Amino acid sequence: MGETETAVRGRAGVGRTMADKIWEEHVVRRADGEPDLLYIDLHLVHEVTSPQAFDGLRLNGRRVRRPDLTLATEDHNVPTVGIDQPIADPVSRTQVETLRRNCAEFGIRLHPMGDRNQGIVHVIGPQLGLTQPGMTIVCGDSHTSTHGAFGALAFGIGTSEVEHVLATQTLPQYKPKMMAVTVNGTLPPGVTSKDIILALIAKIGTGGGQGHIIEYRGEAIASLSMEARMTICNMSIEAGARAGMIAPDDTTFAYLEGRPHAPSGRAWEQALDYWRSLPSDPDAVFDEEVFLDAGSLSPYVTWGTNPGQGAPLDGVVPDPSTFSDPIERAAAERALQYMDLQPGTPLRAIRVDTVFIGSCTNGRIEDLRAAASILRGRKVADGVRVLVVPGSMAVKEQAEAEGLDEIFRAAGAEWRSAGCSMCLGMNPDQLAPGQRSASTSNRNFEGRQGKGGRTHLVSPLVAAATAVTGHLSAPSDLT
Amino acid sequence: MERFTVHTGRGVPLRRSNVDTDQIIPAVYLKRVTRTGFADGLFAAWRQDPAFVLNQPQYAGADILIAGPDFGTGSSREHAVWALQDYGFKAVLSPRFGDIFRNNALKGGLLAVVLPEAEVERLWAHVEADPTTPITVDLVEREVRYGEVRLPFDIDDYTRWRLMEGLDDIGLTLRHLDDIEAFERRRPSWKPTTVAG
Ligand code: SF4
Repeated sequence: MGETETAVRGRAGVGRTMADKIWEEHVVRRADGEPDLLYIDLHLVHEVTSPQAFDGLRLNGRRVRRPDLTLATEDHNVPTVGIDQPIADPVSRTQVETLRRNCAEFGIRLHPMGDRNQGIVHVIGPQLGLTQPGMTIVCGDSHTSTHGAFGALAFGIGTSEVEHVLATQTLPQYKPKMMAVTVNGTLPPGVTSKDIILALIAKIGTGGGQGHIIEYRGEAIASLSMEARMTICNMSIEAGARAGMIAPDDTTFAYLEGRPHAPSGRAWEQALDYWRSLPSDPDAVFDEEVFLDAGSLSPYVTWGTNPGQGAPLDGVVPDPSTFSDPIERAAAERALQYMDLQPGTPLRAIRVDTVFIGSCTNGRIEDLRAAASILRGRKVADGVRVLVVPGSMAVKEQAEAEGLDEIFRAAGAEWRSAGCSMCLGMNPDQLAPGQRSASTSNRNFEGRQGKGGRTHLVSPLVAAATAVTGHLSAPSDLT
Repeated sequence: MERFTVHTGRGVPLRRSNVDTDQIIPAVYLKRVTRTGFADGLFAAWRQDPAFVLNQPQYAGADILIAGPDFGTGSSREHAVWALQDYGFKAVLSPRFGDIFRNNALKGGLLAVVLPEAEVERLWAHVEADPTTPITVDLVEREVRYGEVRLPFDIDDYTRWRLMEGLDDIGLTLRHLDDIEAFERRRPSWKPTTVAG
């Protein structure tokens, strides 16, 4: 590429990271002392973070520049039962109806409640084949990082930025720094990509990736399925990073081939050529490097109220007084108080009354298969409520075709329709004050799943095993 | 957007780390379709506690939030910024911000200023000892001042200029429409659209 690039990067002769390459491909305009103006290939929209953006367009007499690069879905507010009925909560209903009106007015394709392609925004993009390597993808939702699993540059934006992308199909952006997270070795049985990311966040902290794009690499990453890769990239944001990425490879291409929006024929060949050029050069330089050994990992669970407060399931609730950093210590004390936990309690001894299997972290078909493999022929423990919420209606359909719904029902779990559901409790699926869940979602913040609710983040395997025993458990604990 | 140049006000010491946007404004408050009216949702869970710092009379009317590290992590909800602004805050000082929150804040004219952790601790102690302390956040000089203390902070020239002029980002970008059109002409044709399929 041209001189500008060398001048801007100031590291002539050094290889480029995957993010560098995608970034350069998308610069619409570059000027001294200004952020780069980046072109956006795909803009995903949902009902919560868009109404004020559409309002802004109307106020200024602006149109949506590229409705054909924009896709909307209803996910955060939608109920997961009785979806043929109007939404009962009037405020949720207004928000969903506002999205419908806005999409109609501005000519944007929308997958409404009940539609075959409706679902959590980060589940439907990949499923439709719209999420492809080398793209820039944004959405008014922090977990847009999920799409980075395909080797796309994908990040969450605020509502003002949503308006900006709607109006211009571009975003002014400063380039984040780059962090490489290398995961070598082989995952032991029963240990999943959720455990990799929980272990990483416990290690580097919720601010560890701040200001960075994380590229995950190493043999343990390369051996993961697309679903498992999405789980990791999804929670990059919980590590404080702007985005997460994984180099596209044959696993990526095989996942994409034949999907509705994937290129075909000659275009597929052209696309493949480009996609194969994307992985970071061997001599690319990262600003930060972190290493994890997959072989040393075990199932991880969180004990606190931020995703960095996690530990191996074999461990105990930590004693805040042993934390050297005063701020961390205070945070841990507060967390234990909120979570109603005593230092030294074995994590396995923590009893839950709710299990949530779903979300954009772990609501894809492979996650449901994993959970079903544990629940098959078993029963949910007495007094435990188990919600299984597919990430999209297509995932639901496929799970039903495979008979997974029967397995969940027979075990005593509730089988629901698609949506964010108890991940954030904007719909009726919420924890009551004092209730405690094992959840496959991504955030254990105070009140995230309902006011006063207590959340332990876990993998689908741990969630299913916990459903059976009633206390935090791994599949290996089951007889 | 209102211009921001120099603001002098009083501080609220929020002695907590990792205040994520779910704490700043819980999801149940996100259902409004307008940009205003979010003040009642600000720190909603904590405000029920009479001891919470915003409920203490000595901090009534204070409009500079002094927060611990990792303020505004988590969800991208811009409602967190609107809630803080609606409540009356003009600036937030913290050793470290969630990236998206800081972006949102600076887009919307809420000044998010990074200060060293030790200086935040010192400022907490100072404000707790004397809640009437005037604090000046000076974007022109890129400096926070109180008493004898002067704390320089970083902000890029472009964002500073935009805030000082109170300019709308979209209007600025639309001045470069020809660049956008030129880019679109050279975009590969195999890139997906949401229409077909
Ligand atoms: S599932 Fe949870 S994290 Fe994912 S988009 Fe929905 S609310 Fe956000």
